[in-house]
Amino acid sequence: MLGQILYALPFLAQGFALTLWVSLLVVVLSLIAGVLMGVGLIYGPAPLRWAVRIFSDTIRGIPILVLIFFVYYGLPAVGVHLQSFWAAVLALTLFKTAQVVEYLRGAVASIPKGQSEAAMAIGLTFRQRLAYVIFPQAFRRFLPPWINGVTDAVKGSALVSLLGITDLMQAINQVIGRTYEAMPLYILGALVYFAVNYALSLASRRLERRFSFIRE
Amino acid sequence: MGYALNFNLIWRHFDKLWGGLLLSLELAVISIAIGIVIGLVLAVWYVSAGRVVRTVIAAYVEFIRNVPLILLVYLVFYGLPTVVDIAYSAQTSFIATLSLYSGAYLVEVFRSGLEAVPSGQIDAGKAIGLTPWQRLVHVRLPTMLRITLPALSNTFLSLFKDTSVASVISVPELTYGAQWINFNTFRIVEVYLVVTAMYLVTGYVLLFALRLVERRFRAAR
Repeated sequence: MLGQILYALPFLAQGFALTLWVSLLVVVLSLIAGVLMGVGLIYGPAPLRWAVRIFSDTIRGIPILVLIFFVYYGLPAVGVHLQSFWAAVLALTLFKTAQVVEYLRGAVASIPKGQSEAAMAIGLTFRQRLAYVIFPQAFRRFLPPWINGVTDAVKGSALVSLLGITDLMQAINQVIGRTYEAMPLYILGALVYFAVNYALSLASRRLERRFSFIRE
Repeated sequence: MGYALNFNLIWRHFDKLWGGLLLSLELAVISIAIGIVIGLVLAVWYVSAGRVVRTVIAAYVEFIRNVPLILLVYLVFYGLPTVVDIAYSAQTSFIATLSLYSGAYLVEVFRSGLEAVPSGQIDAGKAIGLTPWQRLVHVRLPTMLRITLPALSNTFLSLFKDTSVASVISVPELTYGAQWINFNTFRIVEVYLVVTAMYLVTGYVLLFALRLVERRFRAAR
């Protein structure tokens, strides 16, 4: 049993690398999209605000799995052909973007109004107010939940195994298909996911404590 | 694009989706009911226990929270029967998994709820001569439940969405119904539009109902 698992380790490591790669792409892309949409939601004109609100509430209202199938099977049906890898990244990024929008909205809402009023009073432009007053403070509120939310990207990435992408989850299932050693391999996989996500949530908690000096 | 929407086939097979939705709700309700029992017992135990018990409970909570649900579902359905001599249906297996899953989240909810019970209430309970058990049942738990009600309804809503993972072990809930129609009729865009609407409408109806309940039982301030 141990021999078989050792023999499969390089294959599992490849799967794990793909899990990390998908997660990284999703985290970076969703951060960019989410911050842009979040700023649109907070400061944009009404139609833009409504569009982002509907996007975010819809995405957060359905299971990620439905979103993944919708993107993966739906896009080719309307003539958009993406590799399954990129369809998976797109679906997970949509899901994660909605999260980033909400973290950002919460973080900015937690900054007292007096801050931006004071910035206006001393004559800062809109961009200056964001860059020098609001964002530096909101960043400290945004970071801990965002890092904790990275675990959702890592956990969500396990669903791409259903699209035939050989991530860690799929690699584990394939090795089980060959060796019938279900329990040891699932536990091994669980421990790997746990190690990554637990490290992230510890980092999040530590940052939260470090930034807890900020008061209303 | 050149894709003409045609919902006829979706309506013809709508019983798959409707039955799936009912099963999704059933899975979520049963799982949260068991999860609440797990969460309550472990949270009460946690706040009064020594270090060993606390570590074990914390390990359970952290393990469940940091592992993908799909892996837990596979582990219980495909993994466990290879080492333990038990047989169960996919549905039972999924309910067990989701109960353990929600239990881990609810331990945290109830634990912080218990800590948020004002100490004046507990002192008052002591003053009128209630035993520790009476203080727990008549003072701490009722107040804690009122405090945690919003978190409880959020957990229920996300569990309702998590039931979609049951489709990977062929439990015929809503996402499974969607896939069935996807593969058998190829009205792909239509079926996922309908299913998205079904999840959203159900979610908002539940949210509205739960908010009403919350308002009725809001903790007195």
